[in-house]
Amino acid sequence: MTSEILILMKFELMVIIILFIILFLKIGQHKMSTATLLNLVNILLGINFAVGLFGNISGEAFGDMFKSTPLIHLEKNILNLAVLIISLQSREWLSTHKHVPEFYVILLASLSGMFYMISAQNMFMFYLGLELSTIPLAALVNFDLLKRRSGEAAMKFIISSAFSSGILLFGISLLYGALGTLNFEDISVSMTGEPLLILSFVMILAGFAFKMSAVPFHLWTADVYEGAPVAVTAYLSVVSKGAIIFVFFSVLYGAFQNIFISWYNFLFLISVLTMITGNLFAIRQTNLKRFLAFSSIAQVGFILIGISGNSTEGAAASVFFIVIYLFSNLGAFGVISLVSAKTGKENISDYKGFYKTNPLLAWVLALSLFSLAGIPPTAGFFGKFFLLMSGGGQNNTVLIVIAALNMVVSLYYYLKVVKAMFMDSNDNPIQKLDTGFQAGLAFIICVVGVLATGLFGGCYEYIFSIIHL
Amino acid sequence: MNLNLLILIPAATALGIVFATGLKQVRFVAFAGAFIQLVMSFVLLFLFQQERSSGNTEQFVFQAVYNWFPSININYHIGVDGISIAMILLTAFVVLAGVLVSWQQEKLNKEFFLLLTILSAGAYGYFIALDLFTLFFFLEIAVIPKFLLIGIWGSGKKEYAAMKLALMLMGGSALVFVGLIGVYFSGSSSLDLITNAQSLINEETQRIFFPFLFVGFGIFTALFPFHTWVPDGHSSAPTAASMFLAGISMKLGGYGCLRVAVYLMPEAADYYQPVIITLSTIAIIYGAFATLMQTDLKYINAYSSVSHCGFVLLGIGMLNETAINGAVLQMVSHGLMTALFFAAIGMVYDRTRTRMVKDIGGLLKVMPFIATVFILAGLCSLGLPGLSGFVAEMTVFVGSWQNPTTMYRFATILACASIVVTAVYILRAAGKTMLGPIVNTEHLTLTDARWNERLAAFVLLAAILIMGIAPFVVTDIIYPGTEVMIQKIVLNK
Repeated sequence: MTSEILILMKFELMVIIILFIILFLKIGQHKMSTATLLNLVNILLGINFAVGLFGNISGEAFGDMFKSTPLIHLEKNILNLAVLIISLQSREWLSTHKHVPEFYVILLASLSGMFYMISAQNMFMFYLGLELSTIPLAALVNFDLLKRRSGEAAMKFIISSAFSSGILLFGISLLYGALGTLNFEDISVSMTGEPLLILSFVMILAGFAFKMSAVPFHLWTADVYEGAPVAVTAYLSVVSKGAIIFVFFSVLYGAFQNIFISWYNFLFLISVLTMITGNLFAIRQTNLKRFLAFSSIAQVGFILIGISGNSTEGAAASVFFIVIYLFSNLGAFGVISLVSAKTGKENISDYKGFYKTNPLLAWVLALSLFSLAGIPPTAGFFGKFFLLMSGGGQNNTVLIVIAALNMVVSLYYYLKVVKAMFMDSNDNPIQKLDTGFQAGLAFIICVVGVLATGLFGGCYEYIFSIIHL
Repeated sequence: MNLNLLILIPAATALGIVFATGLKQVRFVAFAGAFIQLVMSFVLLFLFQQERSSGNTEQFVFQAVYNWFPSININYHIGVDGISIAMILLTAFVVLAGVLVSWQQEKLNKEFFLLLTILSAGAYGYFIALDLFTLFFFLEIAVIPKFLLIGIWGSGKKEYAAMKLALMLMGGSALVFVGLIGVYFSGSSSLDLITNAQSLINEETQRIFFPFLFVGFGIFTALFPFHTWVPDGHSSAPTAASMFLAGISMKLGGYGCLRVAVYLMPEAADYYQPVIITLSTIAIIYGAFATLMQTDLKYINAYSSVSHCGFVLLGIGMLNETAINGAVLQMVSHGLMTALFFAAIGMVYDRTRTRMVKDIGGLLKVMPFIATVFILAGLCSLGLPGLSGFVAEMTVFVGSWQNPTTMYRFATILACASIVVTAVYILRAAGKTMLGPIVNTEHLTLTDARWNERLAAFVLLAAILIMGIAPFVVTDIIYPGTEVMIQKIVLNK
């Protein structure tokens, strides 16, 4: 029995073990060079990912608070992979940083919070996991300790997430007051369209929308993304967002299935607003991190369309899209992170003539952006297609037309970056950059992921086969 | 025959180009790939004819289905009929000529040939696709290489033109995408062309989604008023890309309009017939008159492409057998002719460094070969008997005259009259630039076509002549395949 619980919580335990190894190294005043430490951490994270692939068992623990299914294993391991890639990519930035062990301790603490959140079968557990993942994130955002913008971003982040947690908690308490239970399954049985329950649902939805930066709760995103170090921005935009979306659709499909008609209309509205706002703001951006912040807002709009399909296809398309989004966004952030660490340049205009000096990196960034824009043969095409197709299952042509036209708008700003890299000339281009082995490995993973996840149907089929609603 | 070869050869060529070093190796690999592809296309034609003569009356032959996303019923399904074969041959001719014309491409030659090869792979895949997802996949593959080709190697306001083209074509695919969703949820839960063609989509759904499909594909083939990317895109693109854009890329749209929009939704096509005919007639007339005003050779050919592609849509819109066959012929003919014309303009531009009609004159004396090619392409464009343009346009007119409605008769007369305008601008441009006195004495020192350019011109000219003198060679390929499709369209309209 005991050992079974240990295996059930394998992902959480692995992360916590690594966390403690790093913490002991720090406390033990070990004379380890930063480079060795980084290598060690990357190896540990690699092992962590590899272990996550095998020997998972499904089941429940702690009185139905904690659940583990093949889908949850996959989701957790997707996040593991993302953290591994981010860690490989941020080597350049971290190698000159004074507080490497602290960075990883905080990062892994946040990751373990996300794991608990994904496994949650109970609003209470969900809230605990969410807070465990959010509070360390504020510290991470402020990790460029000497940068004023970083501090400002952290302040904005902590205030807005505390605010959204408050709203979420209010919604949960209303729900508990009305139904007398916090368990997802019990909620789904007794959920009705009563005004009080709808109000509590709206509060919970608002909390979710805050965390995944859907309009109208997106205002913190751009400032925080811009102020945070690139590695943290990548973590926020991929891992944090991915985790909350995993939870979001399982809560909607599970606990709130009875009031589908209500939440479909909310989702319709939010996704349209999110896509349009994200796209229109992204067009005007000159800073690449802000640009990716708004583009990631727009991507959330597309994911919400998929989720609004309320079907196995919708869930599968969302998870599939997160996998693709991971590779594409991390490919883009990897290049930006490298350039930012070596030259400090982060503006789109700085990338003029980038292709002449760094052809390979330019192709990586271009491929990632094509994937985000949904251009075949990159995986983004498949992801977007399936999202909209599952959304189309509700026969809402208006929504699909708006989404399809938004894809055209988004192509414009992605191509603007491609144009700067490939077509514009620059007297003072970014010099030739040396990638290094580990960042190079991360790029290879991203590029292979961007090309292979879509073209080979196996990935989607696997996700589809393990989803049981 | 395994049709995947048609995609694998360009893919292998692209891989070869990646590993080749230096212009000589790169262009050799690209040429070899394009040549093998042309040979393959002829082998395909031969095997196809053999299959047909041995009594195989299946609508699509050499079919193959591979599971791609079985859980949502999306498969990789390929197969060909006569129309696809004609299009594949057209693509093979134009790509080979395009590679030959770009023989001296110095700037970033590896990327140039790579993108050209990817473009061709997209076109081949598109023409053999029988699953709409596969078709859409290949349709969109072709957008970005065009953007890069124009933006990096183009001339004039290239970045504007590249962005405009990419966004408008993406807009077209977005509309197509909405149409595909409509087809998928129309009851079949499948995107397979054959499955959807067998089960009739109900008329209300057809009326909602037909405009999306038709306009979406129409944007690719310069449907008025969405033709504005054509002049800018074609004239800013480097020669080979112009050839590809006008020769093949615009045909993707016409093929899609016929194969997807009209074939799957004939009732809606009938319902919207007046709109289609009106728009295509406007395109024909407007394109012809707009060409009259142009002073840049590439703009002349680009606007005339708008006019000529109007014939394709006119033929499809008439919804009868002769007119649709004429539309297919016009696609092939216009593809060859316009590629040849752009090649000739490119050769002139490479030497004189200008494309303005007023700056060029009397080139026939200096470069007789190029001038002859230029004039022949022009004559084909204005529909001179003996060249392919005549055969195609004639068939379209005969077909559209069969439609007895007064309005369509009127449209046919207008379209016929546009030929006169075509003659005016073609003869004026050819006369001024090729005949007449030499305007710029510096042009006297220019050289005639090199071997690669001659070969490119010969390849295209041969196809144009064969199609013009012995049209049955082409019609024999196309007609048996279209019968099944056209019968369905005509019966259900």
